[in-house]
Amino acid sequence: MIVGTKIPRKEGLQKVTGAARYVDDIVFPDMLHGVTVRSTAPRGKIKAIHFAPSIRWNEFTVITAKDIPGKNYVALITYDQPFLADTVINHPEEPVVLLAHHDKHVLEEARRAVTIEVEALPPVLTIEESLAKTQIVWGQDNSPHENIFKEYTVVKGDVAAAFARQDVSLFEAEYATGAQEQLYIENNGMIATYSAQDGVTVWGSMQCPYYVHKGLLPLFALGDDKVRVIQTETGGGFGGKEEYPTLLAGHAALLAMKAGKPVKMIYDRQEDMAATTKRHPSKTRVKSAVTKDGDLVGLDIDFVIDGGAYNTLSPVVLSRGTIHSAGPYHTPNVRVHSRAVATNSPPHGAFRGFGAPQSIFALERHLDEVARKMALDPVALRKRNFIRQGETTATSQTIREPVDLAAVLDKALAAADYDAKKKRFLAMNPSSVVKRGIGFATFMHGAGFTGSGEKTLASVVGVEALANGHVRVLAASTEIGQGTNTVFAQIVSDTLALPYDMIDVAQPDTRDVPNSGPTVASRTCMVVGKLVQSAAIGLEQTLVNAGDYKHGAGADAFAAACAKYIAKHGSLKCYSQYQQPANVEWDDKKYQGDAYATYAWAAYVAEVSVDMATYEIRCDDFVAAQEIGRVVHPVLAEGQIEGGVAQGIGYAIYEKVVWKEGRMANGQMTNYIMPTSADAPPIRVLFDEQPSPHGPFGAKGIGELPMDGPAPAILNAIAMALDVSPRAIPFLPEDLMALVKK
Amino acid sequence: MRANVSKYELVTPASLADALKLCAGGHKPFAGGTDLMVLFESGKLPPGRYVSLWGLSELRGITADDAHITLGALTTYSDVRVNAVIAKEHPNLCAAAKETGALAIQNRGTLGGNIANASPAADSPPALLVAGAEIELRSLAGTRWVAYDGFHTGYKQTLMQAGELITRVRIPRASDRVSYYRKVGTRKAQAISKVCVAASAKVKAGVLSDLRIALGSVGPVPLRCKHTEAVLVTRVIDAQAIKEARDAVQKDIAPIDDIRSTREYRLTVAQNLVAELALRFVAS
Amino acid sequence: MIDVKCRLNGKEHTLRGHSMARLLDVIREEAKLTGTKEGCGEGECGACSVLIDGVLVDSCLVPLAQVQGAEITTIEGVAHSKHQKLQQAFIEHGGAQCGICTPGMIIASAALIDRCQGRVPNTAEVREALAGNLCRCTGYMKIIDAVQAAAKP
Ligand SMILES: Cc1cc2nc3c(=O)[nH]c(=O)nc-3n(C[C@H](O)[C@H](O)[C@H](O)COP(=O)(O)OP(=O)(O)OC[C@H]3O[C@@H](n4cnc5c(N)ncnc54)[C@H](O)[C@@H]3O)c2cc1C
Ligand code: FES
Ligand code: FES
Repeated sequence: MIVGTKIPRKEGLQKVTGAARYVDDIVFPDMLHGVTVRSTAPRGKIKAIHFAPSIRWNEFTVITAKDIPGKNYVALITYDQPFLADTVINHPEEPVVLLAHHDKHVLEEARRAVTIEVEALPPVLTIEESLAKTQIVWGQDNSPHENIFKEYTVVKGDVAAAFARQDVSLFEAEYATGAQEQLYIENNGMIATYSAQDGVTVWGSMQCPYYVHKGLLPLFALGDDKVRVIQTETGGGFGGKEEYPTLLAGHAALLAMKAGKPVKMIYDRQEDMAATTKRHPSKTRVKSAVTKDGDLVGLDIDFVIDGGAYNTLSPVVLSRGTIHSAGPYHTPNVRVHSRAVATNSPPHGAFRGFGAPQSIFALERHLDEVARKMALDPVALRKRNFIRQGETTATSQTIREPVDLAAVLDKALAAADYDAKKKRFLAMNPSSVVKRGIGFATFMHGAGFTGSGEKTLASVVGVEALANGHVRVLAASTEIGQGTNTVFAQIVSDTLALPYDMIDVAQPDTRDVPNSGPTVASRTCMVVGKLVQSAAIGLEQTLVNAGDYKHGAGADAFAAACAKYIAKHGSLKCYSQYQQPANVEWDDKKYQGDAYATYAWAAYVAEVSVDMATYEIRCDDFVAAQEIGRVVHPVLAEGQIEGGVAQGIGYAIYEKVVWKEGRMANGQMTNYIMPTSADAPPIRVLFDEQPSPHGPFGAKGIGELPMDGPAPAILNAIAMALDVSPRAIPFLPEDLMALVKK
Repeated sequence: MRANVSKYELVTPASLADALKLCAGGHKPFAGGTDLMVLFESGKLPPGRYVSLWGLSELRGITADDAHITLGALTTYSDVRVNAVIAKEHPNLCAAAKETGALAIQNRGTLGGNIANASPAADSPPALLVAGAEIELRSLAGTRWVAYDGFHTGYKQTLMQAGELITRVRIPRASDRVSYYRKVGTRKAQAISKVCVAASAKVKAGVLSDLRIALGSVGPVPLRCKHTEAVLVTRVIDAQAIKEARDAVQKDIAPIDDIRSTREYRLTVAQNLVAELALRFVAS
Repeated sequence: MIDVKCRLNGKEHTLRGHSMARLLDVIREEAKLTGTKEGCGEGECGACSVLIDGVLVDSCLVPLAQVQGAEITTIEGVAHSKHQKLQQAFIEHGGAQCGICTPGMIIASAALIDRCQGRVPNTAEVREALAGNLCRCTGYMKIIDAVQAAAKP
């Protein structure tokens, strides 16, 4: 078995030698560079575009909305976002003009020589303003849905009755989370070429080649076969290269078409931080009804996220946040009302966790507050309410697989030495300037697309055998650091009983690989991996049916059989398409049913110290325990968790987007603070395995999971250390000072 | 990269004398480049002619005589970090060097650049103020030593005149002093200070004398807190003294709100750290 | 335009460019060594790390005119040096995920191992030595493991 072992990462050697080719490493002959001129006001009407006479404009390729050959919208869930603003400005980084030139230094001067004259309109900059409808900035139609991209209501049981019970205590509080920048170290970048014969081809850093493909078709009014999208080695995504690359690919391709030359557009850090998507800020009001023994009998949650100026993926982010908001608890009566609202900041988008870290933060903080007010042990409170096999989630999904979150929690607490430390810290804190705390959070994370998402996607994966017996996986699922190439190769290797070295993964290129769906939602290993496995089985079956091969006959026999088959038929490929498992059902209207095929379950424990002289907060130790089905690759899996935890620590206590008039005012790495190696704590990762029938070899998704737990665990630890109730992240020293001085 | 590189020239002089000539002619000094290249990258560095000081051996080296430790303007943070005399006599300066940027910055950033750049958030200035540093300024017209206290005359303004270079920095030899240095940034490395405090004093029987306290990031320039120092010397450090010191800090500094922090935070932390250092000093 | 003579990964080179051109751009565009990456252009991320005369620097902050006569080592030079071990350790221990920070990390690690002269640096030392090299994927744990493994004689 290769699954479960630490086999070296497929593209590891290229990465450690510097040979891996990222988009900025690629140069075409006669290539131009492109830049974007953006609006500066958050909202308004474009009056004029001025090109200063100091620049020889005839040397430049210049594009405005008028040059767009097809439709000026980014085809996503709705068609509201233009590739280039034409008359209306909806956020301060709205692209308006594109410029290309062979000398990138001259280009920068030209960019500064374009002025966009905007007649400013009053912007809406916060969730509160948007809900108050101080201005209508999206969906003006005199309906209650103005400014609202999407709204869901989830109802289970009878919340009103639960809250009216005589034997319960009621709690209510509001929690807030800020925007977060993905901060992948490779900025967004694309290269595009155009020719009448081949149409548009783009190479770039991206998570979802077929999103880009879908977006470019209407922009150029071209047929499927005239748009080709190729993913280059991608230096991190975390959701930040899910929807945005479509926009950038469109821009590069528009310039390439007009210039008749290849055009490269690489954002610098400042532009990438300011203009591309970030995690949705959120507000969550949680009301709970709890019996004196600690039974959580009612939860009433109002969850709102700030979607920014355009719809983009907000409905899907909202959906995941909504479904995860009631946590891994079997609460009988739940109501969740959620909305994604419009504001005049750049659209917020996908970021690891996809709405779940926001609402989980609220609930896990809330439960600690409930425990504190009721003088209950927060561990006991959680354990009393954990979902067990056969019980139902907020969407009334019955958990059919075995689950023992209490055991996961015990494991985490033991590894963190929680009880002893808590006791010690409580004893020492009163006499110490540096206060220490320990806290935890328990949560679940659904793998794959929400609800009917996978059914709608109907993803396809192929495998191809070559005459030498090598097998190539054909999928649009991208390697963005998380290990797609390695995991796919492991799955095929074990499924076909062939050496790992005989398995390759094709570069995602829409000309050559089928649409295996986007690389998001922790779905690549579980959902796509399962398809890879069934395609591999199909391929082998073809050889078996031809009478030339028997499973397990070995690499040489396999190669011989492939050679024979290919000689006769020309090629050997097998495809597999997603089928909704029989017992998975989802009602999109009522938002009830099997929201996800399966869940990963986790308990994270954080230890913090707070210096009361400076209010500096440090996370000193971290334990992350989770049940993830099957660990396909221990090193990759630990790496995913550790990396996610570090991002979660940043989310909790370091990373603050400072907004000024809808734009990011601290868009440099020196002012937007992510943890360095000197800040990140030791992170201990523990796995439990409870194989799931939905993934290959029992694997579930883990990519997003680690983002959910750190923020509530850390804030719970701070709350313990200081006996305070912090309710908003990022929670910086300034915020702590304000809280304790109050 | 937002600058047009062809509009800049960086000249490499053969000697300090050459460099001074170029400076007299309007070339601007360029040392380790860790401040200038950041401006350059973002398109904010004025185009024009610069003179590279990096290769000038006249501006390197740390020497000590009976009265002073003298550091060439090109002394890097890494040079400071490993110097045993400085570590012993002026540990604040080593602490500042250790907390500046991260290693790659420490290998390239210079003391002269840090001083000339005149950022109120720079980390060495508080340590230099406390050490009683003097700065050697040199131009074709001649050489002069000026006290570092008073060198910064306003936000990003200094006593340095056109054509002048910082050539050396010297600090008096010191012994029998206690020191305190604390940088408060948002993370451990690669952080711009929100508050930075350096202090040193003589202590005898729980009483402080010759107390010097300097702060960064709390006003338009790095500054000495003379009111606060006066409150804390030659008396018993009790609750009343701490309270008076906290009030005095408010007189000494003028913090502001910016994208990195708030006026309120800077003031409170400055007060807390002054209290901390006073108590630590008398306890030592 | 100036010509700068230097040694690049052990070989004599003449690099041609503007005196203020960033060493990073010259290495990538003139010398066509694209293993050195740009993550920020402002000295924060360390993706552009190279060694100049054995000393760790951010090549985005070094102008071409300042490397006259210098010995420059980039990630492409590591494969043929004693630090090749580091590359192997990064693969084995999972120190590279998306890989964009990896060349810089390996360069900074090589500088640390050189400074340690045969001693295995402790965790705190590794954390300090790599604090100017940001990684958004790994949480640093596996990188630290890799460096310590490679430092073992
Ligand atoms: C990522 C990063 C992190 C940083 N972290 C810190 C930090 O933590 N703390 C901190 O204080 N600073 C920090 N800095 C700023 C910078 O590194 C320091 O200010 C450094 O000391 C500047 O020295 P330099 O030689 O690189 O200056 P340069 O960039 O070469 O020059 C800076 C200024 O000084 C002038 N100048 C330089 N030398 C002389 C001279 N001899 N005579 C006259 N004028 C001269 C130049 O004309 C220019 O105006 C950081 C910078 C970066 C990029
Ligand atoms: S690119 Fe040089 S430090 Fe980030
Ligand atoms: S491996 Fe992706 S940034 Fe480090």
